[in-house]
Amino acid sequence: MSDHLNASETLKIHVDQDKCQGHARCKALAPELFELDDYGNAHETGDGTVPTALIDQAWLAKSNCPENAIVIDEA
Amino acid sequence: MSERAPVTDWVNDFDHTDPRWTENPYPIWDELRSASPLVHTDRFLGCYMPTTFAAVKEISYDTDHFSSRRVIVRNVRSESPPPAPPITSDPPEHKPAKRLLLPPFTPDAVAKLEPRVRAICNELIDAFIEDDGCDAATAYTKHIPVKTICHMLGIPEDDSDIFIRWIHEILELGINDDAILMKAVFEMSTYFQGHIAHRKQKPTDDLISTLMNARDDKGQPLSDAHVLGSLRLLLIAGIDTTWSAIGAALWHLATHPADRERLLAEPELMPTAIEEFLRAYSPVTMAREVMKETSIAGCPVKPGNMVLLSFPAANRDPSVFPEADRVMIDRKENPHVAFGLGIHRCVGSNLARMEMTVAIEEWLKRIASFRLDPSQKVRWSEGTVRGPRSLPLLFGKPS
Ligand code: SF4
Repeated sequence: MSDHLNASETLKIHVDQDKCQGHARCKALAPELFELDDYGNAHETGDGTVPTALIDQAWLAKSNCPENAIVIDEA
Repeated sequence: MSERAPVTDWVNDFDHTDPRWTENPYPIWDELRSASPLVHTDRFLGCYMPTTFAAVKEISYDTDHFSSRRVIVRNVRSESPPPAPPITSDPPEHKPAKRLLLPPFTPDAVAKLEPRVRAICNELIDAFIEDDGCDAATAYTKHIPVKTICHMLGIPEDDSDIFIRWIHEILELGINDDAILMKAVFEMSTYFQGHIAHRKQKPTDDLISTLMNARDDKGQPLSDAHVLGSLRLLLIAGIDTTWSAIGAALWHLATHPADRERLLAEPELMPTAIEEFLRAYSPVTMAREVMKETSIAGCPVKPGNMVLLSFPAANRDPSVFPEADRVMIDRKENPHVAFGLGIHRCVGSNLARMEMTVAIEEWLKRIASFRLDPSQKVRWSEGTVRGPRSLPLLFGKPS
């Protein structure tokens, strides 16, 4: 067990483009973490790193996506 | 309506147009779900219905075995159902047809319409606010989506009543009567052909012109038939669905005073409340046609049968939604499928959410206290779209 708690809390979020159908739930729940394109499909902002303050929102977005399109990697 | 034998065996002989189903489908779905993830009836020329979230998902994602060319379960099956792309399109035609319609319906595009929708709601409320009550379905919920879509399409709001009649003929009366359905489709096409011809002379900046100016992936303009089909879709799909969703939400608030008071005290709950109303009272059940033999949830299905793709039943599956039959306006995890799943996700979902939110907010601002009128009956629609078609309310607290 490592005692570097911070390291285990770095989350990366990613939208699986094959699955996303543009329900836009992620954008509504975590506007800082997602962007929508002209067709309303989502992708993660930047490289998908989730600031600590937004961790709850990241999980909330994931659990509200009807298509299961949001992937969260715990680095 | 034709005379139908009453249902005595829901599991093997269900009928989604039976008055008991129309009135209160939830206990029936529970019975079906505990019997099997996929049930079948010989009615409607043979029809399956998935009862679990997982089975609905399997079918939604399987565009190989299930076609969207017929999206309504009916007692008659015409050889060439009138297309309304992209809802009636299968891959590979589906994707380009849908991409044309997506940009005007993104959350940002829809947000621009919000002020007009707020004004529509208030104009409607003005007409009955001085009374003791109203039929909220006929005086309020019914008019919001139709006036909104008229605004988007650039057609006169005064034509709303004609549209409402066509939709009733296509989605309800048409289940049993092909002639009524075809006549309504024909009238609708003639109506829109007029508007298309008009815009060829004098282009406008509304959604009809957007479609007429759209180019397919080969750079070609859409055929008039394609434009007409999509307009038909927007009108049919955009109206009684949202009307039903707003009506069911108001019905809930009229019958659950604790939720109503909580929403008034904590308006920040509006987003979760709207999602929960969408889950618990999902208005839309789409259909698919089985094209090739396969199996769903381990049950074999046969070509030629229809499938009642019940998103509402999926949303009541307790294995996905804890206490599925309880409406919790602060439910946090709510990946409901009221707008469908997969490639056919409702193109108007962002618009519907906005209209629902605005309609409930504006109502609560002006009519904080209301309840069902016990001397009258609530009537729910039949078939593809479920929602209150009459919703008699009394304003104010009971004396
Ligand atoms: S909620 Fe899911 S399907 Fe919807 S836009 Fe976000 S990632 Fe895509």
